[in-house]
Amino acid sequence: MIAALLQGVPRRGVVLLLVFLAVLMVAPLFVNDYLLTVLILILYFAYAGQAWNIMMGFAGQLSLGHALYVGLGAYTGAALFFHFGISPWLSLPLTLAIAGLAGAIIGFLAFRFGVAGVYFAILTIAFAEFARIGFDHWPWVGGSGGLFVPVANYTQNDVWTLRGSPRMFYYVILTLTVMAFLICHALLRSRAGYYWQAIREDEEAARALGIDTFRYKMYAVALSAAMTSIAGVFFAFYYNNLFPEQVFHIGRSIELILGPIIGGVGTLFGPIIGAFLLTGLAEALRESMLRLGIDLPGAKQVFYGICLLLVVVLLPHGIWPPLSRALGLDAKQSDKPEA
Amino acid sequence: MPVEIYLNVAFNGLLTGLVYGLMALGLSVIFGVVRVVNFAHGEMMTLAMYATVVAFTSLGLDPFVMLVPASAALFVLGYLLQAGLINPFINRPEHSQFMLLVAVATILVNIQLIVFGPDARNVQTSYSFDSYALGSLVIDASKAYAAATALVVAAALFAFFRYTILGKSIRACADNYAGALVVGLDVKHLYALTFGIGAACVGAAGVMLSLIIDVTPGLGPAYTLLAFVIVITGGLGSMPGALLGGILIGLTEALAGLLFTPSAKSMFAFGILVLVLLFRPQGILGKKPR
Repeated sequence: MIAALLQGVPRRGVVLLLVFLAVLMVAPLFVNDYLLTVLILILYFAYAGQAWNIMMGFAGQLSLGHALYVGLGAYTGAALFFHFGISPWLSLPLTLAIAGLAGAIIGFLAFRFGVAGVYFAILTIAFAEFARIGFDHWPWVGGSGGLFVPVANYTQNDVWTLRGSPRMFYYVILTLTVMAFLICHALLRSRAGYYWQAIREDEEAARALGIDTFRYKMYAVALSAAMTSIAGVFFAFYYNNLFPEQVFHIGRSIELILGPIIGGVGTLFGPIIGAFLLTGLAEALRESMLRLGIDLPGAKQVFYGICLLLVVVLLPHGIWPPLSRALGLDAKQSDKPEA
Repeated sequence: MPVEIYLNVAFNGLLTGLVYGLMALGLSVIFGVVRVVNFAHGEMMTLAMYATVVAFTSLGLDPFVMLVPASAALFVLGYLLQAGLINPFINRPEHSQFMLLVAVATILVNIQLIVFGPDARNVQTSYSFDSYALGSLVIDASKAYAAATALVVAAALFAFFRYTILGKSIRACADNYAGALVVGLDVKHLYALTFGIGAACVGAAGVMLSLIIDVTPGLGPAYTLLAFVIVITGGLGSMPGALLGGILIGLTEALAGLLFTPSAKSMFAFGILVLVLLFRPQGILGKKPR
């Protein structure tokens, strides 16, 4: 199993990866509370970006509405806990099923009727907006007034109900991110992974070779949606409050895909590098503005916009491909950038 | 409820819809020629709205006076955007162009937030509360003026593309990129002009819309989406389709606000979009893709 995972990965890469993971494992012992929350945010975006990357980076289907799956996951987990006290882990199969089904419905409608490219991206936005307004008017989940997960004692860590200190949340999201990374790594070398990449490069050609493109695109959407919903569950229990206006907002969808785009669409490390760079720099900017006594509510987003602009113009394949060349880690197909 | 109420709401929705149509026309023209989806469309519109509000509150200029300068300013912005940023992206993959405009939109909306703050602003003209009565039909004067202006601008645009040499050369670029290059058209310049024209359309729509609704920075993304909904409903790239889609969405929003709650009205617009994408992906008046 491990040998299979490591096959074809340069030794230097494995060593660097293990060092990186070890640093992340011990980091909470050395950083203060503020830095810990920043690290949690970074890992959250790394995880969600990894999930989005399956759809766009691997299979080439641009979704601009991933906030939908974050929101569905967040609301399913939080509402069942709020109303019936059901642990988010217990309700996870249902959460995954709901988000996966939502993804499958959108995928089915779009792919069956030949909705592709820009139209597909706008369809994903439309569904997220539809959900946003729908949840705004649904009293059982609190409507526009919001849903609040009861806050328990912070001194006691209860992983089963996800109530506890930031440190516990850190290890939860770190575990999720590592798992997502391993899953994506395995997927890229699987039959489905190769089919996806074929579809991404040239769908007509893929179909001509006998790939059931409809079925494999459906797999990508459903899997990406289901994985993203776990990020939503984490979001709900970490922040303890949910407002449709925020959770389903288009800005959330954009925020989520910035990491993988800046890091490198279709690469394994892109979402992680992107999340570190973007969230790290944004927090540094916020902190230095705070020190200087400047209070501009939109400054962080302007910064995001400029970063995105620069990367899209100057590094069309993201930061990871040139970085991996510099580190001497390239030449493996798993990290080949998108054409 | 008496029938007159429905009639009144529907007619006022139709007038608002014409202004929506002009906004969407800008998006449609840009997509039809340059084949790039302007994700910053609503943000450009709020720029024009803020210009109108600021000119009115600080200089006392009537919104109709602002029509030409605001459109001209947006034309320049659109031209520069296409010439400087988007032209090098013409042969890049679709999602790459999309992300470029997402970045522009993010920057624009948040600069507006920083400069103007989150509060709603509006224009209170001397005719803000005037209305005309036609039998039992009561027509809001501002909406009537705005809709009439939108129609005039749209008609001018149709005439431009139909009868002028410049308009014909732009249409040639849209029909056959390589052919346009072969006959010696400066395609990049024409693309930039087209983006400028589309931006001027949305500028004019913004000036008119400031008579009808209050402006906030958050309006930008919302109206970008609304413009998408309208052009896809009407047929992306079809000019009459954009106007028709605008009227349809304006009517739907108005009636949904009356029959359900106003806050849920855009849900119906998105519902229409989903239906159109599923059953007629090319839009009501769009041509089938070859």
